Amino acid sequence: MARRGGAPEVSAGSMADIAFLLLIFFLVTTTIETDAGLDRMLPPIEPPETDVIIKQKNIFQVLINKNGQLLADDNQIELKDLRAKAMEFLDNNGDKSCSYCKGKKNPESSDNPDKAIISLKNDRETKYSTYITVQNELVGAYNDLRNRESLRLFKRSFVQIEADFLSPEIDSDLKDELKEKVQRIQKLFPQKLSEAETSSSSN
Amino acid sequence: MSKFAKKKDGELPAVSTASLPDIVFMLLFFFMTVTVMKDSSLKVKNELPVASEIKKLEKKDRVITIFVGKPDAQYEKMFGTEPKIQLNDKFASPSDVGSYILMERAKKSQDLQNVLTTSLKVDKDANMGIISDIKLELRKVNALKVNYTTGSGNAFNNMD
Repeated sequence: MARRGGAPEVSAGSMADIAFLLLIFFLVTTTIETDAGLDRMLPPIEPPETDVIIKQKNIFQVLINKNGQLLADDNQIELKDLRAKAMEFLDNNGDKSCSYCKGKKNPESSDNPDKAIISLKNDRETKYSTYITVQNELVGAYNDLRNRESLRLFKRSFVQIEADFLSPEIDSDLKDELKEKVQRIQKLFPQKLSEAETSSSSN
Repeated sequence: MSKFAKKKDGELPAVSTASLPDIVFMLLFFFMTVTVMKDSSLKVKNELPVASEIKKLEKKDRVITIFVGKPDAQYEKMFGTEPKIQLNDKFASPSDVGSYILMERAKKSQDLQNVLTTSLKVDKDANMGIISDIKLELRKVNALKVNYTTGSGNAFNNMD
């Protein structure tokens, strides 16, 4: 006769095994990834209502052909020189109105960072990797200049300040302070990088 | 008999394993919470280029992803070897991008709809023609914030 009174205890001995099984499943399927990349804004499709006349000297034109060769302001240059060239153009300060610039004040180049525009044009057959490298160098030129000013004003690089500002863990008081800093630096060197429609390849 | 009789030598007390399930469950919950299940399988070759001036894409719920690349070997017969666009699980043409973005945007909550980023995951061997078409479509539906998703590294390594 079976004993009565009190339900028999369920053995918990296999609990660990079951948990291990699940654990191993999740271990294997987990990919802890954070995507990163180059942030860009596309121009709106409606053209601005008033036509703005931009002086030729305020535009730094970068062309990439289908073989990945670069033409910057009508001179063929190497990719590795692009960043320095772009920085020289942005930092030029032709009309001497920019107090923080350290450029050559060449009257043939851009007036001040606020007016300087970099125009990027590529062929339909340009390789994506080349395009990304060029984008990277141009964004890098802006970042280098912004870092320089940020180190002078706040003793910290712009990239660091911006990363802190964008990270979700930061509390709101600090965030407002960082936002002010970010905007101040962005105003010193506004990122004016225009991308025209790609030209179709001719021969 | 003394109360404190010596135990027999060489008999180690067994380590209690009663807390083992707790420890394992703790680990299990950690991995369960950090796991993100892939919602679409990749049908195109997707080797991202590298760049150094990158910014992190925070908050997965604000990102719409578009893949571009050469179709995998098993789809080559149907779709050829030219780079194609993959939206969710399907191959698509550039003209589908606009409606896809609008559809994805409608799925998100109202307050997120204006802060969405389009992440372009493009294979490094693709050419710019298809990217330009996508960019034009994105501009048409006013999805202007894009992120060229890349790995991190020296950008000049792309050139080999």
